[in-house]
Amino acid sequence: MSPQESTESTTPAPGEGGHRWPLWEVFVRSSRGLSHVHAGSLHAPDAAMALRNARDLYTRRNEGVSIWVVPSDAIAASDPDAKGAFFESPQGKDYRHATYYTKSEGVKHL
Amino acid sequence: MAHEAPSEADAAGAENFERILAKDSRVEPKDWMPDAYRRSLVRQISQHAHSEIIGMQPEANWITRAPSLKRKSILMAKVQDEAGHGLYLYSAAETLGTSRDEMMDALVQGTARYSSIFNYPTVTWADMGAIGWMVDGAAICNQVPLCRASYGPYGRAMVRVCKEESFHQRQGFEILLELANGTPEQRAMAQDAVNRWYAPSLMMFGPPDDDSPNSKQSMAWNIKRFSNDELRNRFVGMLVEQVKVLGLTLPDDEVRFNEDTKKWEHGPLDWEEFKEVLAGRGPCNAQRLERRRSAHEDGAWVREAASAYAEKQAAEHAQKVAA
Repeated sequence: MSPQESTESTTPAPGEGGHRWPLWEVFVRSSRGLSHVHAGSLHAPDAAMALRNARDLYTRRNEGVSIWVVPSDAIAASDPDAKGAFFESPQGKDYRHATYYTKSEGVKHL
Repeated sequence: MAHEAPSEADAAGAENFERILAKDSRVEPKDWMPDAYRRSLVRQISQHAHSEIIGMQPEANWITRAPSLKRKSILMAKVQDEAGHGLYLYSAAETLGTSRDEMMDALVQGTARYSSIFNYPTVTWADMGAIGWMVDGAAICNQVPLCRASYGPYGRAMVRVCKEESFHQRQGFEILLELANGTPEQRAMAQDAVNRWYAPSLMMFGPPDDDSPNSKQSMAWNIKRFSNDELRNRFVGMLVEQVKVLGLTLPDDEVRFNEDTKKWEHGPLDWEEFKEVLAGRGPCNAQRLERRRSAHEDGAWVREAASAYAEKQAAEHAQKVAA
């Protein structure tokens, strides 16, 4: 896992024909009591503009009550190629799930 | 690279890619993917984005002349949606490593393609109805299966787009329905718009299957789910029923349901015209590109001012932190 990797986006390096405005990832909370969920991304010169643009782009129909914007290059992501090694540990650990315990079947409120 | 044996990482990546396709799962931005798959997606998604952006123009043409404040508000909301659709799609294309600027430049310089339908003029108010009903209707037919496209960011963008398109189609249908039930002149205007937009909207699905070079590969990659002709035939079947509700007719005597194939059929389409328009020789190509170019140039000072302000704020913040 290297910290310069972002989740969704391949941010073009500045000076290589990349966009002059950085890329931001947008997270929207659809209603109180729910988590912010990734909605998409956009370009903006700063956080304040990113928030305004996110409002116009991702909440035109009351989709949200709160928005987070995060610079794309600030997101660290796991390496998809290392998926096996990285996520392997729960394999064979069925006992972490309630369904593993079958002897109590038929017992009420359990 | 082409002459070298594939590296171990590439071979493992290719194997994983094939496994994802076989399971009908989704490819995500950081996964290994064949160059041709990446190129094909960038082409398709950016063309799609350009279509949304250029597609704002034929309708924006009627915002100032909408017949009521209600219709004006609706039309503005719809044009704003098209801008939003373009932005969702540009973001999806960017995850493949092509920058926004590259795509914008290609559009403005006229080297990128967009849907040929937007090079036709909108000459009456009824065209707003016909575009919503038929052009957005065809777009929905095309886009619903794309929600399951194998490339994750494209599929997710399409889900969002499709949700919004149904409002577009219904408002268009309503415009036509009101005109069709209006004065004889209004009714004639509605029929005229349907007559003019019918063939171009059928051609939106792309060339016939035997003349569509990219389709097969695109279907093998689970990007496209149905062929151009399959989608077109399905769309004609929907129009046949809907036009009855409008009390109008389709300008095609050969529309029929083929009992043998269980498919709808339509009359011949002018594919020469389609190729001409796609090659840049349609009624409005030059005008559409010029408008996009000047909007981009006229807006440069706003983008520069926003950048300058952001830099100034950042510098002031840095100074405060240092102090």
